[in-house]
Amino acid sequence: MCLGIPGRIVEIRDDGGLLMGKVDFGGVRKDACLAYIPEAQLGDYVIIHVGFAISRVDEDEALKTLEILAAMGDLMQTELATMGPGMDAPAVVSDDGGPAGGVFAAPATGAPGGPA
Amino acid sequence: MKYLDEYRDPVLAGKLVAEIHRITTRPWTLMEVCGGQTHTIVKQGIDEALPEGVRMIHGPGCPVCVTPLEQVDKALAIAARPDVIFTSYGDMLRVPGSTTDLLALKARGADVRIVYSPLDALKIAVANPDRQVVFFAVGFETTAPANAMAVAEAARRGIDNFSVLVSHVLVPPALVALLESPTNQVQSFLAAGHVCAVMGWTEYEPIAAKYRVPIVVTGFEPLDLLEGILMAIRQLEDGRHEVENQYVRAVRREGVPPAQKQIFEVFEVGARKWRGIGEIPASGYRLRGKYARFDAELRFSVGDIHTQEHPACIAGAILTGEKTPLDCTAYGTLCSPQRPLGAPMVSSEGTCAAFHSAGRGLAGLRTGSPAMPLLQIAPIPPARSAGTAEVSR
Ligand code: SF4
Repeated sequence: MCLGIPGRIVEIRDDGGLLMGKVDFGGVRKDACLAYIPEAQLGDYVIIHVGFAISRVDEDEALKTLEILAAMGDLMQTELATMGPGMDAPAVVSDDGGPAGGVFAAPATGAPGGPA
Repeated sequence: MKYLDEYRDPVLAGKLVAEIHRITTRPWTLMEVCGGQTHTIVKQGIDEALPEGVRMIHGPGCPVCVTPLEQVDKALAIAARPDVIFTSYGDMLRVPGSTTDLLALKARGADVRIVYSPLDALKIAVANPDRQVVFFAVGFETTAPANAMAVAEAARRGIDNFSVLVSHVLVPPALVALLESPTNQVQSFLAAGHVCAVMGWTEYEPIAAKYRVPIVVTGFEPLDLLEGILMAIRQLEDGRHEVENQYVRAVRREGVPPAQKQIFEVFEVGARKWRGIGEIPASGYRLRGKYARFDAELRFSVGDIHTQEHPACIAGAILTGEKTPLDCTAYGTLCSPQRPLGAPMVSSEGTCAAFHSAGRGLAGLRTGSPAMPLLQIAPIPPARSAGTAEVSR
């Protein structure tokens, strides 16, 4: 229920006073209510959640995010090559208890978690 | 599929992991709020690829898991009536009530139907004018626009044999409840991208400021989550506590105003019980008085029912991040996705089910094959490639 997935609008229609449409998810087409994204156009990508478009996917932003990620990789490789030992060991710890050992065995101090 | 596959690229994931390792100097505890995010994090092994000491606590953002037992029992009482067609999102069918669940009730002859959208429940009501059609309106702010529209449409089109059993919960009050808890360990939140797509993030700004916690609005794909974690750790390392938006392609600061307008036309904010947590003031939606005739609780006079959780189930501690499923004696033995004891094992977004489907801690009692973690395909580039490396600190 809780997953919203991006799809492309392939049909827009008025369904007895309600803005509806068909949305294509990589070949699978489903009816969806477009009432909350009235500015959506044919061909736009929207996030569909329980049959409703709840957001329009900004194509430029989507591409930008990927470009930044790709570019950061190269910068990072250079940076990595000049850097001393970091926290580079893959973690053993996460959800199966507290920090396992090493420099992080001690509990965090100065945590900004509590009410201030 | 476009806008999905690009955000699962293992090479980019490896780069993000390396960057996270590079900037992290201290242990940090983060919480991803949404069950969909938990599912990705556990399935892809993202939490296990993080630097030592960086811990992901899995948040309470699974609506199936937090729907209180009372509401499930009310659903069961209504669904058992012969004049009722009970409709629900599929995930709710196997949520255990105190004696049975909707699926078992259906097997015994009750008319229980899974719908994908609340508008499908409305269609069923139109097609069955001589029956009562009830929709189980659960969820966070993401399903609220849909559920509100179904009620508004029923009113507009005079579909009087339709009603809703409401159990709507809100994210910001839950974050405050967690932060106020004396056992809180969370230092930063990854906020749920789609909740913020609808509501925007202005509600989170005072929380970030008051409790000095960085909050990063984050998407659901592996790269989104890794970038969200990176942004959160960067803030923590810098000593900042702002609301930042990782999920720029889908979330704007103001959200989707027409959806908010519809929500507040139909619903008002009220206290809600959360399964495993208890009552949180102003933490959910209930129908406004002018839509009371669509309230299934009033229509079928289902009173309050008080019931006990299974004694072994530690769902409450899991929802607040104090414990993990591996701490539960029933995990994988008495309790499995096939026979769930508690709600976090029911929905695939629940923490217990996410652990189970990834095969966590099931060695020896493993039933299914664990998912292949993305990050195994993309080994983490070690930061110690330079000649300066390997010196002890
Ligand atoms: S594993 Fe089952 S019994 Fe244990 S906490 Fe999770 S849902 Fe409850």
